[in-house]
Amino acid sequence: MKSVKDLVKCHSSIILLRRSFSVTSRALAEKTITIREAITQAMDEEITRDDRVFLMGEEVAQYDGAYKMSKGLWKKHGDKRIVDTPITEMGFAGIATGAAMAGLRPICEFMTFNFSMQAIDHVINSAAKAYYMSAGKVKVPIVFRGPNGAAAGVGAQHSQDFATWYSQCPGLKVISPYSAEDCRGLLKAAIRDDDPVVFLENELVYGQQFPISDEALSADFVLPIGKGKIEREGKHITLASHSIGVKLCLEAAKELEQSGIDCEVVNLRTLRPLDEDIVKTSVKKTHHLVTVEFGWPQCGVGSEIIARICESDAFDYLDAPPIRVTGADVPLAYAKTLEQNSMPQVANVIKSIKKVLNK
Amino acid sequence: MNNYTKIIFRLQPNGRRLLQQQHKQISSPVPLLVTSIREASGGATLEYDAPNAYKLHMLEQGPSTHVSCNREEGLDYYKKMQVIRRMEASANNMYKSKLIRGFCHLYSGQEAVCVGMKGAMDKNDSLITAYRAHGWTYMMGVSVTGILAELTGRKTGCAEGRGGSMHMYAPNFYGGNGIVGAQVPLGAGVAFAHKYRGESNVCVALYGDGAANQGQVFEAYNMAKLWLLPCIFVCENNGYGMGTSSARASANPNFYKRCEYIPGIWVDGMDILAVREATRFAREWCTSGKGPMIMEMATYRYFGHSMSDPGTSYRTREEIQDVRKSRDPITSFREKLIQAKLATEDEFKNIDIEVKKIIEDAESHAQNDSELHVDELYSNVYSQPPPNFKIRGCDNFTFKEISK
Repeated sequence: MKSVKDLVKCHSSIILLRRSFSVTSRALAEKTITIREAITQAMDEEITRDDRVFLMGEEVAQYDGAYKMSKGLWKKHGDKRIVDTPITEMGFAGIATGAAMAGLRPICEFMTFNFSMQAIDHVINSAAKAYYMSAGKVKVPIVFRGPNGAAAGVGAQHSQDFATWYSQCPGLKVISPYSAEDCRGLLKAAIRDDDPVVFLENELVYGQQFPISDEALSADFVLPIGKGKIEREGKHITLASHSIGVKLCLEAAKELEQSGIDCEVVNLRTLRPLDEDIVKTSVKKTHHLVTVEFGWPQCGVGSEIIARICESDAFDYLDAPPIRVTGADVPLAYAKTLEQNSMPQVANVIKSIKKVLNK
Repeated sequence: MNNYTKIIFRLQPNGRRLLQQQHKQISSPVPLLVTSIREASGGATLEYDAPNAYKLHMLEQGPSTHVSCNREEGLDYYKKMQVIRRMEASANNMYKSKLIRGFCHLYSGQEAVCVGMKGAMDKNDSLITAYRAHGWTYMMGVSVTGILAELTGRKTGCAEGRGGSMHMYAPNFYGGNGIVGAQVPLGAGVAFAHKYRGESNVCVALYGDGAANQGQVFEAYNMAKLWLLPCIFVCENNGYGMGTSSARASANPNFYKRCEYIPGIWVDGMDILAVREATRFAREWCTSGKGPMIMEMATYRYFGHSMSDPGTSYRTREEIQDVRKSRDPITSFREKLIQAKLATEDEFKNIDIEVKKIIEDAESHAQNDSELHVDELYSNVYSQPPPNFKIRGCDNFTFKEISK
């Protein structure tokens, strides 16, 4: 029911999805939804589907969610399924984890993942390690979700990207979606998964429209955890990224079309377990690699990808050393110019691509 | 924590005799009390009044101070306490022979708490505790073999040797937790699940006097009360958090009074029947929709904090011996049962022999069974591994394919 004007308003890079491996066989999707809608719908459907699923977090019920991610859910499902908590992350993350151990399937929302640091002991020591320590006796089917990384002008304490901290830990599954289809399919998969999942959203794109197929809108649409997606096929260079970084890669790819540089954009979708095969296959084809992420450079997602490529037979296919594009290695400033230049921009990606391609 | 109990045995209709006995003073300035123990003939029950067994916070009425048990229960509780005592002694020895590594926190002295509480719990109630967990693990259904073999890291251990001393689990028993205080919100979460599913069960969430100051404990209190969770918060106060006495760690060492909006009961944790009675009361409270309750069990541990702590640098040997002599939960219970003529010395000796055999069998497994094959180090990371999942070992040439 969207007008043509709305379609045109969609991010220009969406049009490139036409060339990607899409779940749908249609050339151009008819419907669009925002990331927010995708996430709200996914939660609504899973709460309806399985009695054991419930949402817990600050402002998730009567406020409709701090970022309106749970809009309408409390009205529809009530107090039992949508639970407002006090501002006590360590306490409610522990309660949610205990409820999961006892057989429920909680969605524990952190208003942002910055606040998850107060509760990180429960995410790692209580949730991630329980199945292993108990030799399989204790399952923890919990999803920890919320916005991760920078917003706009919120300062250093509210802008950290936790992708690498969580993706380092065995026992967790860590998902970092990009598109609305990613969010729908992977959040549903996460809720249905019996292992603890960290689901890293990005607040900057909550309002972004994405085309979505009917299949992706169906109630049982799930995407496989641990499998990436080629968002844009290309032959000259592989750009491996996750979350909002994929958007940056697609923008850079579009700009470089003019220069005759054809970029392949890999949307990792999941960080743990990491789909290294999709990156290797792409590198073997393009012979060049740049990784793009918004997190800090040291021990980042890009570091891990490059290490794995170099340790594998894909190394022999490289025609140039792989390099990374990351956030600046500083706490994030508030002032607009400083903030913008602390986060990767299209120019950083293009410069890196050209260097790698020796252009 | 020091107290004395005036014991009065209820007179039964036929054939009584009055016995006079001196009751030993327990470090109190109050003069010796004379207690009278009336011997019951026919010996059907052990009954007595324990008026000083409880202290109440925000409660008009507390658990009954008149406690009793029959012969069957008495012998069962005695045996269970003795199993735990001997099991911990075995762990102590095996640790010293380096068969057990890492952390080992012994429960000896605190047996009346786990046996007494379990005596009042329903079989579908849940429980979670911290790292001083061996006694609770036994009471929640794991065999002595399952415990000792887990301590020695063998595959017949209840977690196949993957968990060790602090990570043992059973149905409705969520461990064994290594991070001080973390088990308290987890326990409130288990209680949340009971309530969510409409079950009339409680979750018992235990913590020590050291953990009682953790912020997350108060976060759990708050949510448990707001949402009326059927959670019994139990502080096993053995007087010391590692080497720090509760007086040095807590501005308010009355742990049962720590929450101004949750009622609390202090219990003489060395009196197993008082423990059981108080637990019945708390359970009734929590399952009738009134929300959580706090209990403080005044108890004592004979060993140090863990095997690396001799336990004598922050308390005197006299103090430890004093508790053993005058307040030991096992010997004092046995004496009561004998005096009430529920069982004879010989019967107890026979039970002790049975217990010894149980421990010896378990030790044999713990010392002779093998560890898991080294390839197993890669299992149980995920309950649902994705297809073609592989786990990296310590170098680039070591990977394990996992398939479910």
